[in-house]
Amino acid sequence: MNRILKHRLFWPVVVLVALLLLNLVFTDGFFRIQMREGHLYGSLIDIFRFGAPLILVATGMTLVIATSGIDLSVGSVVAIAGALACMQISDLSDQNSVSGVLTAVGVALALSVVLGLWNGFLVAGIGIQPIIATLILMVAGRGLAQLITDGQITTVNSAPYKLIGGGYWLTLPFGIIIVAVVLALTAFLTRRLALGLLIESVGGNAEASRLAGISARGVLMTVYAFCALCAGIAGLMISSNVSSADGNNAGLWIELDAILAVVIGGTPLSGGRFSLSGTVLGALIIQTLTTTIYSIGVPPETTLLFKALVVTIVCLIQSPAFRAKVFHRRRRPIEARPATEEKVRVSA
Amino acid sequence: MAAPAPILRMSGIGKQFPGVKALDGVDFRLLPGEVHALMGENGAGKSTLIKVLTGVYDIDAGEIELEGRRVAFSSPLAAQQAGISTVYQEVNLCTNLSVAENIFIGREPRRFGRIQWRAMRRRAAEILSRLDLDIDVSAPLASYSLAIQQMVAIARAVDIDAKVLILDEPTSSLDAGEVAQLFRVMRRLKEQGIAILFVSHFLDQIYEISDRMTILRNGKLVGEYLTSELSQVELVGKMIGRELADLEKLEARPPAREGAPLVEAERLGRPGAIEPFTLTIHEGEVVGLAGLLGSGRTEVARLLFGADHAGTGALKIGGEQVSLRTPRSAVARKLAFCSENRRAEGLIPDLTVRENIILALQAARGWTRPIPRRKQDELVDKYVAALNIRPADPDQLVRNLSGGNQQKVLLARWLILEPRLLILDEPTRGIDVGAKAEIQRLVAELSDGGMAVLFISAELEEVLRLSHKVGVLRDRRLVAELDNDERLTTDALTETIASGARA
Repeated sequence: MNRILKHRLFWPVVVLVALLLLNLVFTDGFFRIQMREGHLYGSLIDIFRFGAPLILVATGMTLVIATSGIDLSVGSVVAIAGALACMQISDLSDQNSVSGVLTAVGVALALSVVLGLWNGFLVAGIGIQPIIATLILMVAGRGLAQLITDGQITTVNSAPYKLIGGGYWLTLPFGIIIVAVVLALTAFLTRRLALGLLIESVGGNAEASRLAGISARGVLMTVYAFCALCAGIAGLMISSNVSSADGNNAGLWIELDAILAVVIGGTPLSGGRFSLSGTVLGALIIQTLTTTIYSIGVPPETTLLFKALVVTIVCLIQSPAFRAKVFHRRRRPIEARPATEEKVRVSA
Repeated sequence: MAAPAPILRMSGIGKQFPGVKALDGVDFRLLPGEVHALMGENGAGKSTLIKVLTGVYDIDAGEIELEGRRVAFSSPLAAQQAGISTVYQEVNLCTNLSVAENIFIGREPRRFGRIQWRAMRRRAAEILSRLDLDIDVSAPLASYSLAIQQMVAIARAVDIDAKVLILDEPTSSLDAGEVAQLFRVMRRLKEQGIAILFVSHFLDQIYEISDRMTILRNGKLVGEYLTSELSQVELVGKMIGRELADLEKLEARPPAREGAPLVEAERLGRPGAIEPFTLTIHEGEVVGLAGLLGSGRTEVARLLFGADHAGTGALKIGGEQVSLRTPRSAVARKLAFCSENRRAEGLIPDLTVRENIILALQAARGWTRPIPRRKQDELVDKYVAALNIRPADPDQLVRNLSGGNQQKVLLARWLILEPRLLILDEPTRGIDVGAKAEIQRLVAELSDGGMAVLFISAELEEVLRLSHKVGVLRDRRLVAELDNDERLTTDALTETIASGARA
């Protein structure tokens, strides 16, 4: 029992379950999953489906944060990828041409990777603080997306493109399948190959990593490029779902939701150890919260405030220091811990 | 001279840290109007004594008297209010604020809640002029040299009605002219009757400025001496001590075999860190580096490993001219470096023992070629057993291990790479006697197996026991290179360290 309580994903799971149960009270048959016309339907499926872009962006963000960096530009990359894909498809003579759509998707993702390499270059090559380096693309990227779409909302009418964000495959929404593939790939790269070890090492102690012969620059470039690639895929999903590209609003504030998902999932902003499953849980919590707000009928003008309140509570519950203060106070006064002394090295 | 009553008296001070007795029955006294040097090698307990005195730590035993009254400070602030001010090596002022603001921060002259800027600047200028310092007090502190910043910190400390001023390595980043200026200020304060506790690793400076010194070794008091009555050689001998007699003697060093030159440094140097030096390390040879802390031992190691860029000179590895841009290129040439600073520059505390051990090997292979788990387990188990790492749990976080075991993990990381040159910077510092002996034995075995080792240690006996050849450093210069034959003794080595000339 104690081991379960101590598990680092215990509190995120509790929060997610609590949110789902809350929904069950307000919505009849919230947990029901039906088969309709060969597709799976239900609120739970919807949470996964609408949460898919956030899970993707948060996955990339997890790796960046593990290197003790941050990437604020993912929202802009989402907009750029969607804009570029839609522009190319709208220029096709036959918008339903599979090869044309694939080319558009490939070009959009390639640009995303280039943008990620740019971020990585600013951080690792020039040594700009990540928050500033990615702020550049966060602001400029919106302009770039506007430039691509000429400031218009570009609509497309392409069945193959629609599949990415709105279609079904093997009874499942296609987006969920993409997320599963990306997550599996990430897990493979970081846990089966050694990328995860190097990322955690660079994030845990950059100088020691350098002295151990790790090329921090290469690791950082890879991670920022990967993060942008995830954002690019999410951008395709979002624009495909609505069959249009909106340079201004696509992926707006998604970077903040993604950072939040990472933090709720237990990866510290200071870098080091990261948890992919924690991030997925975090993203699901945020998506469920959004669903809950609609289902329990919170007035639209207060939704943001409500969300902020819940997120604050979630973060507080997760903080061991806060729990210790609130829950243990009544039992016994906290004994003075010599924590600071243990860290101090005895030297003259 | 007739000694006045001490302003500060510490008696029987004891301080215990987990696993280490940092101070054990130390007596210390400070007379008004004297400069008193606190001497001792790294880990001797100087910092701990200062921290106990200024209320950073509690004491476990003993008592502290200030002006005859028994005191116990709960915080550095309380100590400061009682008249004990400290200026640390790193200036802890706000360099973005003006000089005057820094002197008066937190206690600005006010009227009706408003800060009286003019009065503040005038008084700041007065205080500084008493220290013979004539500078623009409204300029930001950052626009002045480190020495001036140091003195502003001292001015601030003194102005808070200090009776005791503690200067913890104030000169380590100053040049000769700045040191002279600092010493002028110290003499002036001395005339005003302030007691100054001075810590420095530069012996010449100690002899120039201090009246009296207290020597610590391994947390114990060695003694209190008048500076004029203790020679430099005696001082170094007392600091270093002869406490390794209880370690088993390794058999007499075999004469250095004629291995091929492995690493040849030709006038390699880095301005501000180490003067150009020339050093050759042969295969299978153990080269010791001796010298006091701050003498440039670590800087030599870092240049050879490519951790810092060399400003001058050339480096050959295996006869081939190389330019080591990063540690990565050094590792690729089979060089390995265990930093003296295990926590900041060695281990990744949040990773496990296994991950820390395989890190360098994995980095050399690149992330696309993971070391198979079975191979990992094999390597890790082998070295956990060979080095006797405890607990023998590869999945334990390294932060939970003791210092000696952390050191062994770091050693294991490099040993699995099978390096040609292993650079060990203070590998036995802060670890217990048993682990120390194990590491010494390992070094001897490795060199017998053909590996070259650069062995840096503050303990001369250890250097002598292991090395074929000893390089002596003093004030950031390689002053001598001595063959380790019967004629080389710790006394001769001590003499060389103290005088800077060949014995």
